[in-house]
Amino acid sequence: MRRTKNSITLSAFQIFAFLFWSTAGAAEPATSSTGLTNIFAPESTPARSIFHLSMFVLAITAIIFVVVFTLLVYSVVKFRGRRADADREPAQVYGSTQIELAWTIIPILIVVVLFLATARVIHAVQDAPKPATAIEVTAIGHQFWWEFRYPGLGVVTANELHIPVSDPARPKPTFLKLLSADTDHSFWIPQLAGKTDLIPNRINEIWMDPFRPGIFLGQCAQYCGTQHAKMLLRVSVDSAEDFDAWVRSQQQPAIQDEKAIAGRRIFETTACINCHAISGTAANGRFGPDLTHLMSRVTIASGAAENTTENLRLWIRNPDAIKPGSLMPAMQLGDADLDALVRFMETLR
Amino acid sequence: MSSDAMPIQNVLVGGRPWVQTLHEWVITVDHKRLGILYILYALTFLVIGGAEAVIIRIQLMYPHNDFVSPQVFNRMFTMHGTTMIFFVAMPVLFGFANYLVPLMIGARDMAFPRLNAFSFWLSALGGFLLYFSFLGGNGLYGAGNAPDIGWWAYSPLTSRAFSPGSSSDYWTIAVLVSGFGSIGTAINLIATTLCLRCPGMRLSRMPLLAWLNLVMSGMALIAITPLSAAQIMLLVDRYLGGHFFDTQAGGSAALWMHFFWIFGHPEVYILIIPCFAFMSEIVPVFSRKPIFGYPVMVAATVCIAFVSMSVWAHHLFTIGMNSYANSFFTVTSMVVGIPTGIKIFNWLGTMWGGKIQFKTPMLFSIAFLFQFLIAGLTGIMLASSPFDWQLSLSYFVVAHFHYVIVGGILFALFAAFYYWYPKITGRMLSETLGKIHFWLFVLGFHMTFDVMHIPGLLGMPRRIYTYEPGRGWDTLNLIVSIGAFIQGIAILAFVANLVISYWKGDTAGNDPWDAWTLEWSVSSPPPAYNFASIPTVASRRPLWDLKHPEDPDSRYE
Repeated sequence: MRRTKNSITLSAFQIFAFLFWSTAGAAEPATSSTGLTNIFAPESTPARSIFHLSMFVLAITAIIFVVVFTLLVYSVVKFRGRRADADREPAQVYGSTQIELAWTIIPILIVVVLFLATARVIHAVQDAPKPATAIEVTAIGHQFWWEFRYPGLGVVTANELHIPVSDPARPKPTFLKLLSADTDHSFWIPQLAGKTDLIPNRINEIWMDPFRPGIFLGQCAQYCGTQHAKMLLRVSVDSAEDFDAWVRSQQQPAIQDEKAIAGRRIFETTACINCHAISGTAANGRFGPDLTHLMSRVTIASGAAENTTENLRLWIRNPDAIKPGSLMPAMQLGDADLDALVRFMETLR
Repeated sequence: MSSDAMPIQNVLVGGRPWVQTLHEWVITVDHKRLGILYILYALTFLVIGGAEAVIIRIQLMYPHNDFVSPQVFNRMFTMHGTTMIFFVAMPVLFGFANYLVPLMIGARDMAFPRLNAFSFWLSALGGFLLYFSFLGGNGLYGAGNAPDIGWWAYSPLTSRAFSPGSSSDYWTIAVLVSGFGSIGTAINLIATTLCLRCPGMRLSRMPLLAWLNLVMSGMALIAITPLSAAQIMLLVDRYLGGHFFDTQAGGSAALWMHFFWIFGHPEVYILIIPCFAFMSEIVPVFSRKPIFGYPVMVAATVCIAFVSMSVWAHHLFTIGMNSYANSFFTVTSMVVGIPTGIKIFNWLGTMWGGKIQFKTPMLFSIAFLFQFLIAGLTGIMLASSPFDWQLSLSYFVVAHFHYVIVGGILFALFAAFYYWYPKITGRMLSETLGKIHFWLFVLGFHMTFDVMHIPGLLGMPRRIYTYEPGRGWDTLNLIVSIGAFIQGIAILAFVANLVISYWKGDTAGNDPWDAWTLEWSVSSPPPAYNFASIPTVASRRPLWDLKHPEDPDSRYE
């Protein structure tokens, strides 16, 4: 019985929503990521539990809406004042204990039902035990980028989180420990899990077990300063083999390419090393993203731009052109130095 | 110079110099004049805060738009939120309470007229300080800047590391000062309703407007205190080396969140309860019936007041509270829906069997009922904490609380303006302009705030100055912005109505709506000190008794 109600509201809602985002999507190119952040398209257990609960809550609220709205429209139409008997006042009714009791008790029952359904999901999501097979990741929010550390695997990366698919037969969920280096942030990948804040001096936890490989998008949801808007988040869910291959390549130190030695000199002798780390070099700063495998990432500046030669060059020359207010300073390099530096960056595979 | 004025030396007949009039308004301790000052002050800020909203919406019309810089955008939403809550909603509701409560309970003024004036000028100073930040925000460094910390001013954004200069101090002190003003008014309203009721007006006969403002004042006393304490702690952090919220020195960001929302959530009810009060006066008069279930309405209000003190952490479901805390705040947040639902049903019960007159105040009231119903239902969704993990901090929650504040509070306020403007000025507002205002505003409101829910469901977080194309948010944001412009035009129609009707409106007479409470027994505008002789009442509807001596209410109560 409950299932039928769910699917009815679901389809009604989807028709309504579809009308909007089909118009929105029509103008987009084929590579469009429309719907990639839709909370009603869950691809992981916590997001799916929330989705089922939300359908139940939507169904109940829809019923309440229809009942009260009908009563409102009925009384407005039925009891509208007519010219004919304008000078006679209607019967003066002061209240009715029975009716008032009814509309007190029924809402109480509804609240009890909603609360029990909610409490079950709170418990299922928040108090889920961590299996021994779980991947552990520490996510640290910075103004305005994400640092990801895999303590068990010795991997450090930024902005693009890689996690494995979790096969229901042999579950391999990812548990993230959420920390902040500066202000409050919030980690939100709508298709994988609800959001959880990253708060300084506090350790929060969130988990996800993606059902299928793919790219999942999200972004910082808690206002964290000037560039809160471009603190984007990208999760690559890999098949078990792809994930293992990715981990192996990330565990390597940076490639030493003799052809880019000039750029490396510039990197090591300017302020770059104050904030950035590249394993196998003198650079071990932690204010900015780790660049050891920069070219393995699709985007730069926390998703604000694609990782192309031109964008890298522009980003180093004038970060404000891509992300005004970001904390990376303009490096004031000459064209030749800039080219050399970008060439060095492009060896960091 | 008018030709009627007689040219006698040192005696002015037919007009006084405007400076003298201005001076009288500045030094006034009359509750009616202070009420009008509050309302005009709030209307000014409504236009300013509205302009900020329009800037926000122009910026968000298209993805990667660069109408304003991220810095300016962040200042705009901070100022918009702070202005609308502290310098529009609070003062306009206090203005109506100031004006109406003494009149409705048969008193000649508020209990403490001087405190009343002091409270108003404190609030006014608060608004001035907030906007002075545009000039003086960087203090001695020179150029000014408005605060950009969000209207919750979450720590550690307010610590000196992230907010150098003085702009956030202007925010802190503005909110602190106007908070003291609110506490003064709350004390005054409580004293007035408890001590100055006219003979025969027992608490059980008090108009619901007075009852609900009494409850609101009690809540304001409780809720504004922790906010003021937190503001002082923040100043101690910034200037005296305290570490309450300074996370870099081991302070707690979550502590500020709790302090802020233990004020912030009751604040929502502090704002909406006076609007319930307007509904409880206007719906009966235009349905030609007494309010349905008066005692239950009072009980439900008191119940809301108590329960709403225990729901604040539903704003914090995403900060990683444990599952017991999340469950507790889920159930309290849902429980507050029960007395609120009772109120909606009682207003429906009032309309049921009545003869509804669709004058502009009633149109706004019916729209209020419809929109407040939806706002309540999306509130239930947000109360369910797992659902909230997805919805919180997204545009869904922005749509939800604008549904409460615009669809609920502002619509109720418009109803109140159309209903009491004749009493305050002696002139009727134009029904034609009123209906244009109503339908334009309904159209704009629903275009903006119905559609705004959807980008939230599609993952669009709030407080972002721009967004990526191709997420399905583009068209929706354009529609939202167009709706905002339509609302702006509707507000212009409203302001035009206020101004034009002041000179050109029909004369109102004492009782244009054939209403039943005491303010309609005196002239419009009411004389100084309201009542030549203090009235005596025998029921909740003294003017009904007067108009229907054959069937007075006093027979049934």
